[in-house]
Amino acid sequence: MNRSKKGFWIFIFPALFAFTVVQVIPTLMGIGYSFTDWNGIGTTKNFVGLKNYITTLTDDALFRQAFVFTFLFSICAVISVNVIGFALALLVTQKIKGANLLRGIFFMPNLIGGILLGFTWQFIFVQVFEAVGETFNISWLQGWLTDQKTGFIGLLILVTWQLSGYMMMIYIAQIQNIPDSVLEAAKIDGATGWKRLKSIIFPLMMPAFTIGLFLSISNSFKLFDQNLSLTGGGPVNSTQMLALNIYNTAFGENRFGLAQSKAVIFMIVVMAISIIQLTVTKKREVEA
Amino acid sequence: MKKRSYMKKGILIVIGIVLALIFVAPVLLLINSSFKSLQEIYIDILALPQKFTLNNYIQAFEQMDFLPSLVNSLLITVLSTVLILLVSSMAAWVLVRYKTRSSKVLFLVFSSALLIPFQCVMLPLVDVMSKLNLMNRPGLIFMYVGFGCSMSIVLFHGFIKNIPAELEEAATIDGCNMFQTFFTIVIPLLKGIMATVAVINVMWIWNDFLLPSLVINKNGMQTLPLRTYLFFGQYSKKWDLATAALVLCMIPIIIFYLSCQKYIVKGITAGAGK
Repeated sequence: MNRSKKGFWIFIFPALFAFTVVQVIPTLMGIGYSFTDWNGIGTTKNFVGLKNYITTLTDDALFRQAFVFTFLFSICAVISVNVIGFALALLVTQKIKGANLLRGIFFMPNLIGGILLGFTWQFIFVQVFEAVGETFNISWLQGWLTDQKTGFIGLLILVTWQLSGYMMMIYIAQIQNIPDSVLEAAKIDGATGWKRLKSIIFPLMMPAFTIGLFLSISNSFKLFDQNLSLTGGGPVNSTQMLALNIYNTAFGENRFGLAQSKAVIFMIVVMAISIIQLTVTKKREVEA
Repeated sequence: MKKRSYMKKGILIVIGIVLALIFVAPVLLLINSSFKSLQEIYIDILALPQKFTLNNYIQAFEQMDFLPSLVNSLLITVLSTVLILLVSSMAAWVLVRYKTRSSKVLFLVFSSALLIPFQCVMLPLVDVMSKLNLMNRPGLIFMYVGFGCSMSIVLFHGFIKNIPAELEEAATIDGCNMFQTFFTIVIPLLKGIMATVAVINVMWIWNDFLLPSLVINKNGMQTLPLRTYLFFGQYSKKWDLATAALVLCMIPIIIFYLSCQKYIVKGITAGAGK
């Protein structure tokens, strides 16, 4: 085939151009801006060295709180989303009536955008929980989203409701990949129930766990829309997550340089966690 | 033995039904309240509506400019997705077929960009775009192409790798130029993956909030998620209208899901694998 160099560049140009303008240049600029005192309005950007990073890491209680909140939230969300997602996958792959309908229902919330989800659950927690709590005199159903604890749990319920169906889909695909012969052989050897789950299904599920963990970690770590619409970070910033903290630093306080340094730290953390997780779980994958 | 397995199935079905009810409960409660007056909602939130009325829907429909926002969302989602499909499939095709060093490096750059969080790009991006006078709908579509192409290229790349190049080579010998080969030979072979990539992009762009809120937050330009957010700022205590607005916004998503279910499931598993 006659392959001209020109042809290559003509075909790749549109994508490469948009990609460069939208992602590459802003990423590089962003790293540069993190060393300036840019306020987002004026054109002056004075070089301030590592000052923003030092402020962020040593003198920003809100950032630290958002970091801890995000971290704890991500751990809890990753566990609940994957455990429930896997359980749902096991349930709907049993040969029971209506399994397809169940699958559709569990997956549905995942298509609804974060803003809609946040407001929907705000209605459930603030209106429905409150009303039911008052009627039946159940105190723990009252006052949701008015403190950090219920904000945290509320956000966790929302994300579990949204993402476990997504993880279920990924796990279903993998479960269906396990050859029947392997399961039959295990049965003959006397492995049933928990034993079969632990020593046959789990190891063969590792590729799906790699993906499931990766997606749930990055989804919960970068959570923004749901955080904004469910609690708005409140009360008094106590449920503010990292992405929202960066947003508020930029647009609430007009400290774009500082926000950008937080964003760079955020990027490094996200990348580090993802890479560590991928290498750890990849190692444990086995062939059927 | 047989009896036991019937028992087991019965229990599983009951568990399934209970879980399904828990999953749909929030949406059912929302729909229920959307037909009630504010007073009814406050008196008993769980009770069924006293009399059937679409009043909340009519008001919410008007006050959140539902139709213009829907048209905006549709326009932006469809145009962005079509452009992403076109430029990504073109790029992925040459990235597979040219086994040069620049092609390998470029593919690596495209795919590693998937790890960059949006927060890291957003401030300089808005800065650049406003200097280019692109803080408008065409600008937003351009940005979606820039963000969407990395994932889409990775997906197309994985698919094209498995298509033999013979057909294309034969076409070249018959005198087709690159464009003719691509559009008459390659594109028809990509139908299946096209649907998958389209679904992934539609789901993301339709629901996206932060980027449009930075770029086109002006009256008449807003997309549905933007409008919903504004609407809630104004009517946060008016749950009669708010619930109707939320249900209205869910309708297009549900229609999309029911009509493309097959591709959505495929898209989810394909997109995840990368």
